[in-house]
Amino acid sequence: MIFAIVRTAVVSLRRDRGALLLSFILPIVFFSIFAVIFAGHHDTTPKVKVLVVDEDLSRVSQRLVEGLERDGSLIVRTRPAAVNEAEQPEYTAASAEAAVKAGSAPVALVIPRGFGENPISFGAAGGNRPAIELLEDSSDTVAPQVIVGLLQKVAMTSMPDVMAERGTRYLEQFAGGLTREQHDRLDESFRYLRERQESGAAAPDSGNGGIIAVTARAVVGENKNNPLVSFYAAAIGVMFLLFTASGAAGSLLDEVESGTLDRVLSSRVTMTTLLLGKLAYNSLLAFSQLLLMFLWGWAVFKLDFWSHIPGFVIMGVCTALAVSTFGLLLASICRTRAQLGSLSTLVILVMSSIGGSMFPRFLMPEAMQKAGLLTINAWAIDGFTKVFWRDEPLLNLWPQVLVLVGIATVLFAIARRLARRWEFS
Amino acid sequence: MSSLTTSIATASPSLRVDALVKRFGGMTALDGISLEVNAGECLGLLGPNGAGKSTLIRSIVGRIIPDAGTISVFGAQADSVSARTAIGWVPQELALYPRLTCRENLQSFGRYYGLAGAALDRAVAKCLGWATLTDRAADLVKNFSGGMKRRLNMAAGLIHQPKLALMDEPTVGVDPQSRNHIFEMIETLRGEGLSIIYTTHYMEEAERLCDRIAIVDHGKIIALGTRAELVRNAFGSRSQVLTRFAGAQDRIADWVAQRGGQTVDGSAQFTIEHPTEIGGLLEAAEKAGFELLDVSLRKPNLESVFLLLTGRELRD
Repeated sequence: MIFAIVRTAVVSLRRDRGALLLSFILPIVFFSIFAVIFAGHHDTTPKVKVLVVDEDLSRVSQRLVEGLERDGSLIVRTRPAAVNEAEQPEYTAASAEAAVKAGSAPVALVIPRGFGENPISFGAAGGNRPAIELLEDSSDTVAPQVIVGLLQKVAMTSMPDVMAERGTRYLEQFAGGLTREQHDRLDESFRYLRERQESGAAAPDSGNGGIIAVTARAVVGENKNNPLVSFYAAAIGVMFLLFTASGAAGSLLDEVESGTLDRVLSSRVTMTTLLLGKLAYNSLLAFSQLLLMFLWGWAVFKLDFWSHIPGFVIMGVCTALAVSTFGLLLASICRTRAQLGSLSTLVILVMSSIGGSMFPRFLMPEAMQKAGLLTINAWAIDGFTKVFWRDEPLLNLWPQVLVLVGIATVLFAIARRLARRWEFS
Repeated sequence: MSSLTTSIATASPSLRVDALVKRFGGMTALDGISLEVNAGECLGLLGPNGAGKSTLIRSIVGRIIPDAGTISVFGAQADSVSARTAIGWVPQELALYPRLTCRENLQSFGRYYGLAGAALDRAVAKCLGWATLTDRAADLVKNFSGGMKRRLNMAAGLIHQPKLALMDEPTVGVDPQSRNHIFEMIETLRGEGLSIIYTTHYMEEAERLCDRIAIVDHGKIIALGTRAELVRNAFGSRSQVLTRFAGAQDRIADWVAQRGGQTVDGSAQFTIEHPTEIGGLLEAAEKAGFELLDVSLRKPNLESVFLLLTGRELRD
């Protein structure tokens, strides 16, 4: 009897392509995506992008920059990418800060004038030396830590002569004649270092935590109450919008099955009118969902919603249009609700995982970040991040608006074409 | 109830179908069908399932593009806006929104035909009255009985007051009481002079409702006329003898075929010119060794016509 039940279930599963897809293909796809993100192949290990401004232009500072450039875990940029093959001027402190604010990189380092004169420090005596300024986007909590650590490593490996020279000076300074006074000063310094180590106060922004002094400053999100709420409101919101949109578009398949679509199309309603009507409804539904999500973020997580209304409306409308046409496209591809359910689950989960709805894209390997740009999620999240996180002007939203509206237009055109099969027999 | 339909002041045909052909792959669904529906006429399309009735209706309503032939609705090409507006289609499926109320369904379909405001309200009120659903106007359709859904399905097809109604088996799956109710609704429309095409595979419905009947089989109209014309053309003044014999059914069927009769559901049917022929028929059966169980004489009906013309029953 048990065998008969198992056999019936196996035969049913074998004939249900959607269930097969969800049972066997989707887990493998997900496993692969997250394996690439977290475990990674050696050639796809995520690298931290850092902008470097060398105001000192000394031999020491140049060697420090070269050392950073040689490090395999960093992508060092000293100037923006060439435009039309024309090389751009090197970053300044101001342009690097603007670039971090715009999301071009999570971190920028500004090596100040005079750094080469006194690049490393020891103990309390290093308090007055020029410190490297680290400009950070505080939404990326990993990159600044990595940079600070690598700076210290590069100082040790790239500037051994400087280390020796400065070390000797410090030796002369602190241990020259080994007088009682010198002993006291050395003891004081050792005690100072010990206390800092034990208290855990060797923070990167203290300026005295390592051999190279670093002063960290958040240039994005420094005034935010809850830095990642806006990111997750958009990220999770877009993923569920995609599910809702495909579900709502599935009403088309219900209407095909019940014969209602035929009846509607026998009236004065054309297929284009019908699809536009569905698009309008689905977009309204998606926008309402987003609105609710962000209002919840404001009410519960203190998301700064009210001062970003215009940006929210622009991104909300564009995102709603894109996800709605995506739903229409899926519905027009499928023949039954069951097919739609399986296909949409597969596609949306994959899009959401590589598009940044489940895991921030800036923490993914570069190749994966680029692949994410093929998804609606990535463009929508980038746009909302510009609005709510980076406080960028509305004009800066043009790439996201252009891409999302473009996606909506293309997907609608394809859906309209596919819907011809319902139009006439 | 006041008129559901606009007045018709033209003597030209409401509908003209000429040499219509439609193939689906290797199957020919419509094989050169031609017909006309006159103003105020109810034309029945009588045929078994798969005969091509629904394909013809869907072609007229513009949902199927024929491979050959033409369709003219009040002079306009099928699928044109004026043709769509002139036609009221009642599909075989219950093409309704189950989560909307009865009134909301009618309002939706009315809007799809361009009705709005007071005109829409009036049309909805008329249709609710015609379908005797006024009391249930605010109820969700998903909770309706089969008969009520059928009535609403008809009302939704006529909400825009068309001049030609295409009713595709509107009584499928309803109980006899609801069927009678639907007949009364259609008779009301007929009384108002609406042109109607009514498809069915129930002979009684065609006989009761239709002025003329087209018998459809394998995508062709094999006979067309009033009921009397169809019977007269097929049988003349002849009658039918229905007999039942005990014995081996194979032998009986062979014997019936030799005598020019047909065997349907175990009943041997013969066509005779005069009742006096019955005696000779029974005598021959006795000689052949068949024991007579039952015998009756009847005037031929549409079922008989269909059987005679196709060799099959209507509900095969």
